[in-house]
Amino acid sequence: MEIIFLIIAGVLGGFFAGMGMGGGTLLIPILTIFLGITQKLAQGINLISFIPMAIIALYIHNKNHFVHFKVALPIMFFGIIGSLTGAYFIKDINNQTLSRWFGVFLILLGIFSIVKLLFLYKKPKKQY
Amino acid sequence: MANKIANNKGMNKKKNRLNLLLKIIGGLFIGFCNGFFGGGGGMLAVPFMLYVLKEEEKISHATAIFIILPLSVISGTIYILNGELVFSKLLPVMLGIIVGGSLGALFLNKIKGKTVAIIFTILMIVAGIRLVIPWK
Repeated sequence: MEIIFLIIAGVLGGFFAGMGMGGGTLLIPILTIFLGITQKLAQGINLISFIPMAIIALYIHNKNHFVHFKVALPIMFFGIIGSLTGAYFIKDINNQTLSRWFGVFLILLGIFSIVKLLFLYKKPKKQY
Repeated sequence: MANKIANNKGMNKKKNRLNLLLKIIGGLFIGFCNGFFGGGGGMLAVPFMLYVLKEEEKISHATAIFIILPLSVISGTIYILNGELVFSKLLPVMLGIIVGGSLGALFLNKIKGKTVAIIFTILMIVAGIRLVIPWK
C-alpha cells in the first residue's frame, strides 16, 4: 500500500515540476507529513528521484536551444561547492531540527512566490 | 573618441566582473540550499536567472535544470554515502515523478499557469507552517 502512496507523492511533485514550478520543494513535505518519512530520507529521495526526469527535460530543452551553457557554467561550478558544503552540514543536524528549518525555507519561498504573483507575474507567451 | 571607447571597455570589464561576482554568490547560495534542504535549487535558480541575470523565462527554466542536475547528483551521492537513502522508497517516487512530470508538461499550455501557481504557493506556505509548528 505504501508503494501506491509513494507513487502518488511522486506524481504530485512531478506534476508541479513539469509545469515549471518547484516540484521537489513540495515532494519533501508530502513525504514527511503524509507518509511519515524522515526529513533526511525525504531530501535524499527528492535529490535522486528527479534525476531521470531532469535528463529527459534537459534533452528536450537542449533540442530547442533553451539551455545557455555559458551562463550556466560559473553558477554550476560554485553551486557544486555550495551543495557539497550544504550536504556535508546535514550530518550533524537531527531530523526534527532540519525539518523545522525546511519549514522556514518553504515559508520564505512561499512569501517570495506571493510577491511574484502580485507584482512580477507575466502572462506566459505561447511556446514551442 | 578613442578615449570614449577605452572608457566603454573599462565599463564592460566592470560589468563583467560584477556579473561574475553575482554568479559566484548566486551559485554558492543555490548550491548550499540544494544540498542542505535536499531541494529547492530550481526554485532559486530560475528567479536568479530571470530577475538578477535578466535572462528570458524559457531560457531561465531550461538552464536552471542544467545547473541543478549535477548539484543534485553530487549532493544525492553524499546522502547515499551517509546511508540516508532507502532504495525501495526511492524507486516508486521516481516512477511517479516521470508520470507526473509528463502530465505537467502536457497540461502546461492547457491550464492557467497562474491558478496552478496560486495553489502551489498556498500548499508551500501551509506545509511550511505545519513543519515549523508541528500539530498532532
